Amino acid sequence: MKSLSVSKAVTALMLAGLVLLPLYSQLSGNIFILTLFTRIIILALAAASLNLIMGFGGMMSFGHAAYLGIGGYAVGMLAQEGIGSGFIQFPVALAASAIYALVIGALSLRTRGVYFIMITLAFAQMAYYVASGLARYGGDDGLTIYNRSDFSGLINLGNRVQFYYLCLACLFGVIFLIWRIVNSRFGLVVQGLRSNEQRMQAIGFPAKRYQLVCFVISGTMCGLAGALLANNTDFVSPAVMYWTRSGDLMVMVILGGMGTLFGPVMGAVVFLLLEELLSQITEYWALIMGPLLLLIVLFGRGGIMGVLGRAGRG
Amino acid sequence: MLLVVEQFLNGLQFGLLLFLLAAGLTLVFGIMDLVNLAHGSLYMMGAYFAATFAAWTGSFVLGALMALGATLVLGIVLEVTALRHLYGRDHLDHVLATFGLILFFNEAVRLIWGPAGLALPLPAWLTVPVPILPGIHYPAYRLAIIVVALLVALLLYLGVMRTRIGMLIRAGASNREMIGALGINIKLLYTLVFGLGAALAGLAGLMQAPILTVQIGMGENILILAFVIIVIGGIGSIRGAFLAAIFVGMIDTLGRAFLPNLLRQVLSGAAASTAAPALSSMLIYLLMAIVLVVRPEGLFPANRR
Repeated sequence: MKSLSVSKAVTALMLAGLVLLPLYSQLSGNIFILTLFTRIIILALAAASLNLIMGFGGMMSFGHAAYLGIGGYAVGMLAQEGIGSGFIQFPVALAASAIYALVIGALSLRTRGVYFIMITLAFAQMAYYVASGLARYGGDDGLTIYNRSDFSGLINLGNRVQFYYLCLACLFGVIFLIWRIVNSRFGLVVQGLRSNEQRMQAIGFPAKRYQLVCFVISGTMCGLAGALLANNTDFVSPAVMYWTRSGDLMVMVILGGMGTLFGPVMGAVVFLLLEELLSQITEYWALIMGPLLLLIVLFGRGGIMGVLGRAGRG
Repeated sequence: MLLVVEQFLNGLQFGLLLFLLAAGLTLVFGIMDLVNLAHGSLYMMGAYFAATFAAWTGSFVLGALMALGATLVLGIVLEVTALRHLYGRDHLDHVLATFGLILFFNEAVRLIWGPAGLALPLPAWLTVPVPILPGIHYPAYRLAIIVVALLVALLLYLGVMRTRIGMLIRAGASNREMIGALGINIKLLYTLVFGLGAALAGLAGLMQAPILTVQIGMGENILILAFVIIVIGGIGSIRGAFLAAIFVGMIDTLGRAFLPNLLRQVLSGAAASTAAPALSSMLIYLLMAIVLVVRPEGLFPANRR
């Protein structure tokens, strides 16, 4: 019981911090922290979506950054063609991600385990190369988005605080959705498939169909993160989908605690703050980050949530 | 005709290089059950070592040989210090830990050699064009790559199929616990296999170095091609890796060379020149998708279990 309260307390503290952050930023005049945390929240959203298939579904996707790119390019390409309305851009971003997830998922789910890791990685890399080949939309150099998505007066994405709260609302919405999914009959089947696929199949569940639906839901959620990210940076380029970004997302999920509701958010906050901090200390921050990851894998089972749980129990 | 022969040889050469990389990856996976993303870093280190040693000694061949030894040693050190502790753990742990190693290697290279790339100049005797058919010349260096890679493939085949160590390697791939129980020093065998895989990756890197520039991250894109090859060929199968590597090398090279012209005959000029680069980089992934639909376990699975 006490173990629950420690991780719950830390989570609540973090969430309260995220909600109150713009207030602090306004009072202290520190605009940078607001921009930084907008990015953190968007990537936390992407990590949460990855956690749905990785933590709860046992599908180790190493190509999740592809959806960041697809969502981003949907916004960027429509903006380039003169369609600035967010009411068109966002649904298109979500639909494009869902269709990509459907095709890639249907192919990748024919395999399992390490094959699945390699194949999702390879398809994401394919998306990267396709984006690099889009000469009309900037190719390798990427695409500048001159106007953020326009929600005709409902919400102004150009306003930092409004945009921050939009991202935060999306994050909370997605986590609420994941919570509902995980505790639904559908979610229980998917989690059952993670533990023992053969047994679930023997009971009579069409395993691949359940996994595919879960895969598509996760991809669509990540597409939303992509659309937000493109609006945040006013820019989208193939680099968004580079495979190291998929690796970063995986690290966030593991770091925070796979298969926990708020673990990925915690992981994203810690990972990106650590990256920011180390890059201020030394230009060669990855020299520390790399071995740190190795150590976390070797000794930190269950991520931050796991450690907090043990600390509470100990 | 000239172009076709030339591109055909280019494809063969690229495929053989990919094989050297994929062979090490599939050996390590087949025997130690370890997913090693940092394999591409060993490829990069091979190229950097070769460029450095060749500049020191003034001889390309001497530098290449020293670089080969250096990557072998680096692989062994890496196995003993870090990767040994990952055996028997979840594949996800392997992915994350070796992902961390990639970050480390890229940054270490930036620290030691600087962010700018290096060049590895060829000696004069390797730059002359060699007549291969009447009227058709091909660069000597690319021919040398084909010969060396084929030799290494042959040695690897003989080594794995005909020697005692090869027998142990095959036994390790089919049943790890059993050969340990039979009194074989399995730790030493693992270290040797990893060192061999590292040396193969280093060889691929140093041979590719004079054609492309030696730069940070050079191992990452080619590593993903090696993954595609393993998926197509079947995990743990060296024969599958060989055939799939040649296949992928050919399709990628020939696709890039001839697809734009083919498309131009079907589509309008503008549409073709837009679609061609994207489509030709998609080709091998489409191939992989087809293989997955037809035979999800790969074309030549090492089904010995």
